[in-house]
Amino acid sequence: MSDVTPIRTPAENALIAAFPAARKSLPGNAHVIALREAAFNRFEAKGLPHRRVEEWKYTDLRTALRDALPLADALNVADAAALAQSDSCLSSGDAFAELDAHRVVIVNGHFVPSLSSVNAQGVTVNDLAEALSTGAGIDALGTMAKADDSALALNAAFMQGGVVIDIAKGASVDKPIYLRFIVMGQEARAIYPRVLVTVGEGAAVTLIEAHQGGDGIAYQTNAVVEIKAGAKSHIQHIRLNAHGDAAIDLSSLGTDLGEAAEFKSMNFVMRPALARHQVFARFSGEHIKLDVSGAALLKGKQHADSTLYVDHAMPHGESRELFKHVIDDEAVGVFQGKIVVQPIAQKTDGRMMSQAILLSDDATMYNKPELEIFADDVACGHGATCGALDDDLLFYLRARGLPKPEAEALMLAAFIGEALEKIENDSVREALEAQTQAWLLARAVK
Amino acid sequence: MPAVKETVEQVKAIDVDQYKYGFETQLEVDKAPKGLNEDIVRLISAKKKEPAWMLEWRLDAYRRWLTMREPTWARVEYPEIDFQDIHYYAAPKMNAAPKTIDDVDPAILDTYKKLGIPLREQEILAGVQQSKVAVDAVFDSVSVATTFKEELKKAGVIFCSISEALHEYPELVKKYIGTVVPVTDNYYATLNSAVFTDGSFVYVPKGVRCPMELSTYFRINEKNTGQFERTLIIVEEGAYVSYLEGCTAPQRDENQLHAAVVELIALDDAEIKYSTVQNWYPGDKDGKGGIYNFVTKRGDCRGKNSKISWTQVETGSAITWKYPSCILRGEGSRGEFYSIAVSNGRQQVDSGTKMIHLGKNTTSRIISKGISAGHSQNTYRGLVSAHRRATGARNFTNCDSLLIGNNCGAHTVPYIESKNGSSIFEHEATTSKISEDQLFYCMQRGLSAEEATALIVNGFVKDVLQQLPMEFAVEAQKLISISLEGSVG
Amino acid sequence: MLEIRNLHVSIEDKKILNGLNLTVHDGEVAAIMGPNGSGKSTLSYVIAGKPDYDIHDGEILLDGENVLEMDPDARAAAGIFLAFQYPLEIPGVATMTFLKAAMQAQRKARGEEELSTAEFMKRVRDQAGHLGIPQDMLKRGLNVGFSGGEKKRMEILQMALLEPKFCILDETDSGLDIDALKVVSEGVNRLRAKDRSFLVITHYQRLLNYIVPDTVHVMAHGQVVKSGGKELALELEANGYADYKTLAA
Repeated sequence: MSDVTPIRTPAENALIAAFPAARKSLPGNAHVIALREAAFNRFEAKGLPHRRVEEWKYTDLRTALRDALPLADALNVADAAALAQSDSCLSSGDAFAELDAHRVVIVNGHFVPSLSSVNAQGVTVNDLAEALSTGAGIDALGTMAKADDSALALNAAFMQGGVVIDIAKGASVDKPIYLRFIVMGQEARAIYPRVLVTVGEGAAVTLIEAHQGGDGIAYQTNAVVEIKAGAKSHIQHIRLNAHGDAAIDLSSLGTDLGEAAEFKSMNFVMRPALARHQVFARFSGEHIKLDVSGAALLKGKQHADSTLYVDHAMPHGESRELFKHVIDDEAVGVFQGKIVVQPIAQKTDGRMMSQAILLSDDATMYNKPELEIFADDVACGHGATCGALDDDLLFYLRARGLPKPEAEALMLAAFIGEALEKIENDSVREALEAQTQAWLLARAVK
Repeated sequence: MPAVKETVEQVKAIDVDQYKYGFETQLEVDKAPKGLNEDIVRLISAKKKEPAWMLEWRLDAYRRWLTMREPTWARVEYPEIDFQDIHYYAAPKMNAAPKTIDDVDPAILDTYKKLGIPLREQEILAGVQQSKVAVDAVFDSVSVATTFKEELKKAGVIFCSISEALHEYPELVKKYIGTVVPVTDNYYATLNSAVFTDGSFVYVPKGVRCPMELSTYFRINEKNTGQFERTLIIVEEGAYVSYLEGCTAPQRDENQLHAAVVELIALDDAEIKYSTVQNWYPGDKDGKGGIYNFVTKRGDCRGKNSKISWTQVETGSAITWKYPSCILRGEGSRGEFYSIAVSNGRQQVDSGTKMIHLGKNTTSRIISKGISAGHSQNTYRGLVSAHRRATGARNFTNCDSLLIGNNCGAHTVPYIESKNGSSIFEHEATTSKISEDQLFYCMQRGLSAEEATALIVNGFVKDVLQQLPMEFAVEAQKLISISLEGSVG
Repeated sequence: MLEIRNLHVSIEDKKILNGLNLTVHDGEVAAIMGPNGSGKSTLSYVIAGKPDYDIHDGEILLDGENVLEMDPDARAAAGIFLAFQYPLEIPGVATMTFLKAAMQAQRKARGEEELSTAEFMKRVRDQAGHLGIPQDMLKRGLNVGFSGGEKKRMEILQMALLEPKFCILDETDSGLDIDALKVVSEGVNRLRAKDRSFLVITHYQRLLNYIVPDTVHVMAHGQVVKSGGKELALELEANGYADYKTLAA
């Protein structure tokens, strides 16, 4: 890493110029303003991440982020309702339209209560913007995504709104809580949503995020979701990234896991021009089970990066990671996964796998699975494979009468399916299987 | 494998001092003053009576080096090196260049004898069970002897010190030096380009299968000196050579720098097998002293269907920073990397390989076995990449780490970059410890804890040991067990 | 030969053996039977010296000498052999290498001459022949990729080569089909001698049809709760362990 500060890019200059005004207009009491300033200083010191920053080696934001966009404005309630009628984004393109769930709608980074409905015992949902102003219920904010990372710092400096969700101790939430993030409007804007979820001891919940926005608009989003998983809690988290095809989407998931917690998280990437999803998971108790997975279907000049940092800080932890990339055309897939086992984390069992299928000669996959191990009584491993579809299998299927596109689609669906299998909720899994089928069908008729 | 028994006995024979090569040879020495500047570079070149172009090449490297920074990306920590506090040239005083082995200072011959490397050909031949191996002996900054030169010459093989090659075969050196590891490749390679003092030169002509194993034995003897050797191996079309290097140094409290550059060039259908048994002084149990081994080794599979295979057994050095790599340029060429890296005490190892697939249908294989004990840190760092045009590239990588004790670290940092759809890369890595159940099972059959550990470790590294020439495999096996001495308990 | 007095053992604070007493005489084949969880395998591990167990009280005497303070390898050299229920795999270590290392280590510990390679090879060939173990299996990594039956045969081969005086067979019949069971049993019977004793641990009576015991002991709740002749095994086969599950509670 070079310690010479490179010349600031236009985007960096624009972000630096925008902060003083944003600090005044964005919600937050004195404590939050201090948080914003500290975060901004971290960003200012580091600048946008680039290829010499090891964690961002394959996703160079200095190059990708040509300019910083103005922040998206808050919508008033009437606008939101009107938009709900008129904007095609809202009325269509909901991958989970049929899902029986508690709905939370976040438009352009702002919570819209009029479109949301959560009515479940033991669940409270509050507007983050309000919480930032009053300071109520946000003690844990920023404690789960603490890494010295520019994307995290930018979100902390510019976060506009979102929700604070509390799941009471012992609550078993009857249906999934579905957070629908929508980007609206024809102007490209920058959007910084944040979600803080606290799951009480022994509680069980399924959290779903779906992100969507219009095609052809080069908007930028930088979302952070923090989940505090109480002891013995059981959490399943599924994120669908169906942002518009010109969007640049940065997202971070930070989680702090309590004793014997079970946490499963999956990220499914479909459409955006550039997507970077980072997961920071910390084991704060013993006997935790963590399962992080991802699937990406990429084409054109898409670029999708999944970066994990799994910190086994306590003994008897188990982690499983499975990432699947299908890469067509000139698209680029990136997987970076780091499993750290601290000296006291004896009996850790960690296994990580990244698999990629490259469908075109111009496709690229970068894999960097990493083990950093300081305890001896562990069983850790990782694997990474990349290559074309298996010719022998393809031939076998074709010999049975399947035309090539269908045979390929069948194999790819099975490949992605291994990751989707981890989703416990049938309707959610089926919805993502449908998304996969649609993508494969579009490819087959190309 | 009778070696298991020998290993165990070897381990027992050693009580406190584990490093048996730690003695020092008392000699009169011709040394450059401490420090580095253009005059020192000129002095080295003058001592070697080099052609003018070589001096210019060195000076150019030196000037570039001044503008560079030490790399910091490896997982190693050490106090800042004072490059002005090192002697860049040290050679045993000799009245004239030794013409025959009898002209070499007997103290030096004795040193090598003690290290188990006889330099008198008749002594080598007297050892019945040993197969014939030609040796180039590099003592501090100079090559003191090269054996079997004449016999090799008859086969057309050139094997001599690089200083000699600069006089005898300047055109060959000029044509190839710096073409695999460019002068500005990295900080230490650039430094080496400016101040390298000696090393080996091998040229195997078209169609020749080198009739014996070639080897270089590096010995650092002088205090406060750096060793900067440079090795260049060129194997012409359809030719083959197997080359081995070994390294040791006296036991000292100060750290010493060893920054070598090795360049291999394989033309069409040529094959180079390069094996290293690295046993520089590792420092004492508290991390005092030891060699900083900062080495750039790279092979260029320039020709079609050429093959370069690196095998390394790394047990020594306080810090190891080395990544023997293959540039797979020729269509159908193949690169291999087999590594055993053992760390104990306060040793730090950051080692691995790069397999750069540029040509069509190129293949590579990486087998890395890391064993960490004591308070050591052992990192595998590797890159496998296939470029757009390297269609049909294949790689298989297997990195296993074994931890012995709870104060050490084992780390795996692979970079796997595939830029075309027809390449197939497979990578797998595991980290584990010797299981208590395995140990108990062996002990139930009568083996002591130490014997059981040695046995299991030998099993763990077997895939790599098999790649070494027979005699060296036995030697390496002993070395591994010795390195792990005191780690079970 | 072996005498166990008032043995109390626990693992991770869980009490497994509660004052167990057992005597096995020279040349005797003693069977230990008992329900799952009665402490049978623990007993075999404790005799062999597996480190995970806490011994609170009692003695294990082999020919009058207490072995509890001895390391597992010293116990092996003293003549204790445990045929594991689940033999361990040791990748990269050829079976032959392992056999030789173990034999020579024990001979050395006992102050005996090393075996010559020729003599060693001869013995291995003879014993492997009896057990139907092909030569190429001996070149493979120890137990790596072996079937359940092959692993058990390999345990008996080691027993035959190491010539112990006290042999423990821990659930040797588990996972064996009838043919493999016969081969293994014949291997054991061949080793029966007046200066060698056996402790045969099994859940089922089936094995005892092939290795006929002199005495049968029933274990429950970490104690020997009943002892008798070989007919006791048949009684257990007919009535099951139900009676014993509550006996010592």
